[in-house]
Amino acid sequence: MKLRTLVLREIFERKSQLLTSFLAILLGITVIVSIKNISYYSEKAVAREMDSLGANVLVLPKSSTLQDYYAADMQGDTIPEEYVTQLAMSDLAGLDNISPKLSMPIELQGKTFTLTGILPKSEFQAKAAWSGAGIFSRPIGCGAGSIGMMGSEDKKTLARKRVIETLEDNEVLVGAEVAAKLGLKDADKLDVLGKTFNVTAVLPETGTVDDSRIFAHLHVVQDLSKKGPVINAIEVVGCCQEISKGLVEKINRLLPEAKVVTITQIADAQIKINRMMSNLSLMFLVIIIFVGGASIANYMYANVFERRREIGTLMALGANSGLVLRIFLSKALILGVVGGVGGYVIGTVLAVILGPKLAGVVVLPMPMLALLAVGISVALALLASYFPARRAARLDPCATFQEV
Amino acid sequence: MLRMENVSKAYAHRERLVKALDGATLHIPNGDFVSVVGPSGSGKSTLLLMLGGMLSPSAGRVLLDASSVYDLSPSERARMRREKVGFVFQTFNLVPYLSALENVQVPLFLAKVDEKSQKDRAAALLDRVGLGDRFDHKPRELSVGQQQRVALARMLANDPAIILADEPTGNLDPDTSQQIIAFLEEFNAEGKTIVMVTHDPRAAQRAKRTLRLQDGTIISLETGDNGIDAA
Repeated sequence: MKLRTLVLREIFERKSQLLTSFLAILLGITVIVSIKNISYYSEKAVAREMDSLGANVLVLPKSSTLQDYYAADMQGDTIPEEYVTQLAMSDLAGLDNISPKLSMPIELQGKTFTLTGILPKSEFQAKAAWSGAGIFSRPIGCGAGSIGMMGSEDKKTLARKRVIETLEDNEVLVGAEVAAKLGLKDADKLDVLGKTFNVTAVLPETGTVDDSRIFAHLHVVQDLSKKGPVINAIEVVGCCQEISKGLVEKINRLLPEAKVVTITQIADAQIKINRMMSNLSLMFLVIIIFVGGASIANYMYANVFERRREIGTLMALGANSGLVLRIFLSKALILGVVGGVGGYVIGTVLAVILGPKLAGVVVLPMPMLALLAVGISVALALLASYFPARRAARLDPCATFQEV
Repeated sequence: MLRMENVSKAYAHRERLVKALDGATLHIPNGDFVSVVGPSGSGKSTLLLMLGGMLSPSAGRVLLDASSVYDLSPSERARMRREKVGFVFQTFNLVPYLSALENVQVPLFLAKVDEKSQKDRAAALLDRVGLGDRFDHKPRELSVGQQQRVALARMLANDPAIILADEPTGNLDPDTSQQIIAFLEEFNAEGKTIVMVTHDPRAAQRAKRTLRLQDGTIISLETGDNGIDAA
């Protein structure tokens, strides 16, 4: 027999009594791990968006709500495609890139993806040439200068710059997640809503909902969705100087029926959500400390009371207070480790499953959180059990004998 | 050798001072078998617990061999109990979630004996008390008589020189009581010193001497056929 045998046998003998405390600690750790995991990837996504994406002005239907930048084109409401032409033809300075999008959910092999229609730059150039005006005829220095340099880049630039040079009617670009789930690679064929497309490129992973998108030509998507010449959103790369000079207000005046927001506002919303999640996580930490700690302490006090005769007997047989203290603290340690590991595993699984749905980001397991989970859980279990364990170690064995 | 020198134990109960033991002086030589009798509340259990180093006196000294038990530190006292004293309880006090074999292993585990030796010794002791076929039984799966025999085996685990038994037959039927007393006589014959608190006159008669207590005071120490003197 070892100390471990004594502790484990007791736990399994009275496991139902332990269940409430175990669940309290398990649930608490689960929630903390989930929130921390999702908010970490959400924050990372915001940072990445801010760093690597050009689009900083978004034109949306008036009714749309802005929870997530990348899901902004997923709402049902639309604006006319005509707005794109209006923007392209306008004399507004500071418009570097205009990228209209129309999205619709589709099901392929039983899995749901998003089909997103985009307009390649060649179409704008055609429009500009046709009209003889618009963004491509602006002076170099703010905006137009960068457009001419895009021509040599391959189609994968869409993942990073959200701009594509050309896209034929029978071509699609697929996100990394779509490609993985459907087993697609470059030059494969893909049937979507009865139309066969060539997979021109599999886009590199971005960690955003773009990974689960299939990009096709805007006009093809409009035909497939039978919605007519409409779009859900226009992403605009605006020149920062011009934005500060009131580009948003100018676009608003040009398109009074649309909602125009800057990415800073969107990022602010996301940052606020992240802050809220971080506060929630802190709140849960406080709750788990109070509820979980109280539950463990309560259970341990009851356990000490119930086992006082056993403790007295062990003392009569030669156990010292140190050993009695170790028996109860070992039990707390087991409770903490199992609760922490269990909470980490369940919390991580929940985060991976719910992350894309709640925050629109791909969430991966974070081994570092295991340390945090086990650390909190063990520290809490030991702290909450210390006073009950000390009471056990100080029990007067004689008093326990006289009670029958 | 056990010795009590003018030992008293008093405690406050509802603001009244109660004397559980009053000026007890006693000498129990090695190999003695003393039964302690007296009405409930006369101080029998207090005396037993004090002899076992479990309850410190308000006054006086308790000596085990040459050392004064309550001048030792708590951990030295725990070691003394582990090495020299074996307790037998009226309610057996087996650990409910451990098997018979594991219950007997407990004192050996406390004495830091290795696991293999723990099992071998515990098995031999259970064989000795006639429970060789009950190693894996939990206490609740054993009859009261069998439980008390497991407790006897556990008490013998560290081969104590002194056995302190508190009403060891109090919960048993007459036949099983006889068995337990016979075991105690056997241990005594092997040289162990036994002090047994009992209400059962027949069990008390089997001891070499009988100590009578009333209201915390030793009123007599009757010497049996073996003729060992009281201090």
